[in-house]
Amino acid sequence: MLKVLGERWRQGHRTISWPAGAPPVLPERFRGLPVVDTSKCPDGCRECAKACPTDAITVNGSLKLDLGRCLFCTDCMEACPEGAIAYTQDFRLASRTRDGLAMDGSALALAAALDEKTRRLFGRSLQLREVSAGGCNGCEADVNVLSTIVFDLSRFGISIVASPRHADGLIITGPVTQNMKLALRKTYDATPPPKIVVAVGACAISGGPYVDHPEQNNGADSVVPVDLYIPGCPPHPLTILDGLLRLLGRIEDGTRRAAT
Amino acid sequence: MTLVSETRSIRNGERLALAKVPQLPLGELQSWLDERIAAGGQLSALFGVPLDSTALALYAVTTAATSGTIAVAETVVKGRYPALTPRVPQAHWFEREIAEQWGVVPEGHPWLKPIRFHASYASGRDAWNRAAGEAILPGVTDYFRVEGEEIHEVAVGPVHAGVIEPGHFRFQCHGEHVFTLEIELGYQHRGIERQLVGGPTKRTLHYMETLAGDTTIGHAAAYSQAVEGLSGSAPPLRAQAIRVIALELERLANHVGDLGALAQDVGYLPTASYCGRLRGDFLNATAMICGNRFGRGTVRPGGVGFDIDESLAKALCEKVEAALRDVEGATRLLWTTSSVMARFEETGRVSRATASELGLVGPAARACGIDRDIRRDFPSGYYRFAQLPVSTWHSGDAFARAYLRWLEVNRSARFIIEQLRALPHTTLRAEVGPLEPNSLVVALVEGWRGEICHVALTDDDGRFAHYKVVDPSFHNWIGLAMSLRDQQISDFPLCNKSFNLSYCGHDL
Repeated sequence: MLKVLGERWRQGHRTISWPAGAPPVLPERFRGLPVVDTSKCPDGCRECAKACPTDAITVNGSLKLDLGRCLFCTDCMEACPEGAIAYTQDFRLASRTRDGLAMDGSALALAAALDEKTRRLFGRSLQLREVSAGGCNGCEADVNVLSTIVFDLSRFGISIVASPRHADGLIITGPVTQNMKLALRKTYDATPPPKIVVAVGACAISGGPYVDHPEQNNGADSVVPVDLYIPGCPPHPLTILDGLLRLLGRIEDGTRRAAT
Repeated sequence: MTLVSETRSIRNGERLALAKVPQLPLGELQSWLDERIAAGGQLSALFGVPLDSTALALYAVTTAATSGTIAVAETVVKGRYPALTPRVPQAHWFEREIAEQWGVVPEGHPWLKPIRFHASYASGRDAWNRAAGEAILPGVTDYFRVEGEEIHEVAVGPVHAGVIEPGHFRFQCHGEHVFTLEIELGYQHRGIERQLVGGPTKRTLHYMETLAGDTTIGHAAAYSQAVEGLSGSAPPLRAQAIRVIALELERLANHVGDLGALAQDVGYLPTASYCGRLRGDFLNATAMICGNRFGRGTVRPGGVGFDIDESLAKALCEKVEAALRDVEGATRLLWTTSSVMARFEETGRVSRATASELGLVGPAARACGIDRDIRRDFPSGYYRFAQLPVSTWHSGDAFARAYLRWLEVNRSARFIIEQLRALPHTTLRAEVGPLEPNSLVVALVEGWRGEICHVALTDDDGRFAHYKVVDPSFHNWIGLAMSLRDQQISDFPLCNKSFNLSYCGHDL
């Protein structure tokens, strides 16, 4: 017992103070919200769009970047002859709508809270069932991280439960493979209403790197209605937590200008 | 027999002209395999490449740890052929895959079932005579059945209680006692291999980085090694060193996470909490290098995408040193707590003979006393210049798989610190030219789960004619099934975690 207590003392307190305090310092090379300085774009240049592995960038007169498809890789940055593309340290990316993830120079609305009635139900206690439906297990890993002592998800009244019968909603990861479509549908149906659905990661939003493969369905909203989209490949645990807290109205700091 | 000497041996990542791959009649391929496997070799890959609408070329890749050489042979089959599995049990899962993909029937295979539940890639041919267009439901197949009045069957999954990937587990039980466990996968199948044909394309590297997200560095390194072998390019030394640092960091993060998860599954929360956090420390160390916790963008064909400058090297050293100290404290609690050890020891034992017969790889094999590690036996890249000792343990139980991870954590952490202090001064990327046409390359990497094997074949234009990925989990799922024999069903989570295999890496 003494050795356990000794080790407990040595390991120290590790839970982050965010959102009450400042968020933890992210590594310098962290790739958060991408920004494109379109004033640098030469006429007719499509290098970034050509390089993007998931065609998240389209150039039809103006440049559009679909955060739901973005893998947050460096291919566009490396392809851009003018250095117009950069990633910021901003980890806040979640949106309530799929269209809200299309960045075309207008303001990007961060996820708004649930309506008052639903928030009264879930605001202080939200039980979620995770369904892994294809993908690479990266998003699952970073959803799992939320339950560690560092993020301590349960301090917000949110927990991941073992059965859809115990759940108020689903977290879905993966593009929804054909082989998981039925299981996802059944899990959704087994969750008692009212219920919410959170799609985590590029796969669950758009199919991610597997977009348009016949073996999958280009994301969760092909099968069930989605209330919150959290981009990333995979999203940083802070990005996921930020999205969940916004949905519950625990963080509110309006919209943010996209720099495109 | 002079068969082995007739077969040209290659090194890890060495290009071989397709014309030099020996084409053997099936019977000779069987004897060639028998001989290689009997000599302690491993069947690292066995796969089909369609030649025309009826003929299928079967490529067998065997690896001999004692000589560090890889041998490849080819045979042509049509429709049905006598299965290799009865004499080479290591082939059992491969032959099921071949049957499912190409509609050929390995006759005499002891348990011929689909492994991923998709339609055959060869139109008009199906190994189970399913009609074209017939719905194929995952997990709907025959299972081992133990008959008897008091026997019951337990079915778990595909959706599990935790945040884990989908798979279906079927237990035949008498009370708590498990006679057999059968594992059905395929739920994560997203059709990556088929998309690789005709590549490389702008998506190829991203497929590699997401074959198994927790093995981003391992698979990206194997892919890069394959491309470099085919194009005759060599990454600069500094890039090679950064690759092994990233690969060992990946091993650290996953092993430490597993040690925490093992503690969790026996209800020992202190170590579970500490290791959960410490795993993140290693992931964050990876993010310091490349901005992503899983190492995305680190490994690029020809080199690496990010440098580790002096100040970053110093910061990484400090981070790894501090984390290693904390891991040591956290895991010492495991080995000195009798309630933990009572659950770990003698649980889920796999014998050395079984492990070697079924061709288990990586920590799962080393925990059975099999002294095999790609980093030492088939060194490529920086492992040719910097070695780290191979860890083994003999008992083959959950304890062995846990303790082996700690041994590897210790050695990998020290190795990383050593390398960070002596990074070579070169550039980071070499130019990668076009791939040689009509060639084959085998790239092996010791990922944290074990042997990663990529085999790439090019066509007349130097594009991928075929690309085979063998994740270590492909070999090891059967090991988990074996570990459950004659165990309590309540030990399943512990056994499962002690292997911690990849569903997506298997399903592709």
